[in-house]
Amino acid sequence: MSATIEAEKVAAPRSNASGEIRKAFSGRLASFLVVILTVLWTIPTLGLLVTSIRPGKQVANSGWWTIFTNSGFTFNNYHQVLFVGGFGVTGGIVPYLVNSLAITIPATVISLTFAAMCAYGLAWIRFRGSDVIFFIIFALQVVPLQMSLVPLLRFYNFGLHIGSVPVFPNLHLGGSLAQVWVSHTMFAMPLAVFLLHNFISQLPRDLMEAARVDGANHFRIFRTIVLPLTTPALASFAIFEFLWVWNDLLVALTFAGGSPKVLPVTGRLLQLVGQYGSNWQLLTAGAFVTMVIPLIVFFALQRYFVRGLLAGSVKG
Amino acid sequence: MSLLASGPIVTASTLSTSAGKIGQVLAVVAVFLGVLLLIFFAAGRATGRFQRPLSIAIFIGPAAILLIVGLVGPAIRTLILSLYGAPYKNASFVGLDNYKWAFTNPNEQSVLLNTLLWIVVAPVVSTALGLLIALAVDRMRSQTIIKSLIFMPTAISFVGASVVWKFVYDYRSPDQPQTGLLSQVVMWLGWNNPPHWLLSHPLNNFLLIAILIWIETGFAMVVLAAAIKAIPDDIIEAARVDGAHGFRLLRSVQIPMVRATLVVVLTTVMIATLKIFDIVRTMTGGNFKTNVLANDMYDQTFNLFNYGRGSALAVIIFIGVLPLMAYNIVQLRKERATR
Repeated sequence: MSATIEAEKVAAPRSNASGEIRKAFSGRLASFLVVILTVLWTIPTLGLLVTSIRPGKQVANSGWWTIFTNSGFTFNNYHQVLFVGGFGVTGGIVPYLVNSLAITIPATVISLTFAAMCAYGLAWIRFRGSDVIFFIIFALQVVPLQMSLVPLLRFYNFGLHIGSVPVFPNLHLGGSLAQVWVSHTMFAMPLAVFLLHNFISQLPRDLMEAARVDGANHFRIFRTIVLPLTTPALASFAIFEFLWVWNDLLVALTFAGGSPKVLPVTGRLLQLVGQYGSNWQLLTAGAFVTMVIPLIVFFALQRYFVRGLLAGSVKG
Repeated sequence: MSLLASGPIVTASTLSTSAGKIGQVLAVVAVFLGVLLLIFFAAGRATGRFQRPLSIAIFIGPAAILLIVGLVGPAIRTLILSLYGAPYKNASFVGLDNYKWAFTNPNEQSVLLNTLLWIVVAPVVSTALGLLIALAVDRMRSQTIIKSLIFMPTAISFVGASVVWKFVYDYRSPDQPQTGLLSQVVMWLGWNNPPHWLLSHPLNNFLLIAILIWIETGFAMVVLAAAIKAIPDDIIEAARVDGAHGFRLLRSVQIPMVRATLVVVLTTVMIATLKIFDIVRTMTGGNFKTNVLANDMYDQTFNLFNYGRGSALAVIIFIGVLPLMAYNIVQLRKERATR
């Protein structure tokens, strides 16, 4: 059970001694700096929020900080952006939000599952070369996404041939959600395996051996021991992966193309930047809509966040 | 206004198709997990000498196949493509010409220079700020609020962030009421004739980098705060007995103790920076001398259809990250050896 204890230790209150030390340096100056930074960090988003609830005419003629002198509130911008469109844009942003969810949920589940399995296999079914494989996977983080885009596109559209011999059939995935899921899973794999391996490899050996002696096979151990004990790490990585996939633009633009059936909300927002141009009130409302879901996910689950992610990798 | 009038009807139909789509997707997820469970049960019945190899294949196989198809294969292919000319089919072998072009063309030189600026400034500043906040916020009463606010930009998409910041950098001629916050602030401070921010080189590069710093500082802070909390109390105690206080304690105990994490954060942000695409794409489209490798690579490949040049740029990004990764692996091996 030392893994859970370790996870708790990260969050446990510190003794007086170290608290005092920290006090020594985090004096007034540091606190002041941090408050200034926090204000600076928040103002841009605040400006966006304020702008999105002002009438278009006032947005064009005055800064958002004058909202109290040039008062005027409206939720019409949101209505228009979500459902109606306008200014050369037909339809609202809602279908694209749905696309984003339809991309993000499966991509997160699939990548998490395969990464956890791989991490368990490398950590607990030791075999010749398992360490080498682990390092190779870790190193694959360097491969820029951009390198994979063209070959992957061809792979999805034509299958795989060596010369004229088909090695892998054309799955006719072109332009579908499936190819976006698979691509995200591929790109998430190196970091996911690395982080989960750190956690899973530190589960207590005794527990695993006891289960083996009792006759449990690897699949049973994985389901009944590893998964429950790894929940904090899984939860925190799920949040990160959710944010990454939700916020991604490059993969979406490449594999979803411009197809409104697949294009996620980030891609739509990019189109709106072109279309709405100087209609800031609509653009800001659209931008805020795209932020809401990741922010909800983050605030709702933030307590799992770092604890789980780092419990394995930070040496205590 | 007919558009507005038809609003509710459009809404109703969109909502029902939306629900259908989400339902389908959830069904796909359920089927995926179900099939996996079935495979687990079936494979679990295997006995004898097949058991071990079968387990290895099932646990590691999917990830291995995905990685080979998605990263290893394409990486090799890109390397080969970078030695060929523009058209995808029947391209002629051009050797290192694409690389020569990347390093000698004045336009590309500015791209490389900009990228260098990004990967130096953004990771260093955001990691430093993240460390400062992580150390300072530890004792403060309102630390949850502060951490959440600093972290918030990390949860925002790059495209969303670009909209946020377009609004900060917006330009109006000085005699009109200002709508851009930056212009207004410098005018309040007495600079009556602020420039068109995003058009003024080289300032515009730094303004774009500021956006990435805004996004990544939260990430750095969150990870470093956890590492600082994980420093065992007895170590701090011992250092204190030895007479280390304040900044000395920070310099000789706390920072060395989180050094491994610092390196991880720095490399992670640096890799993210090298691949940065969205900010430049949405803010300036790479115009006004703000282009960077990743965006240029996208343009070369998908707008100009020059796969050779695009691939060469991708390889340059790859080579740029390589030393960082090598260093990380050396660190990792050391750590594992002492475990």
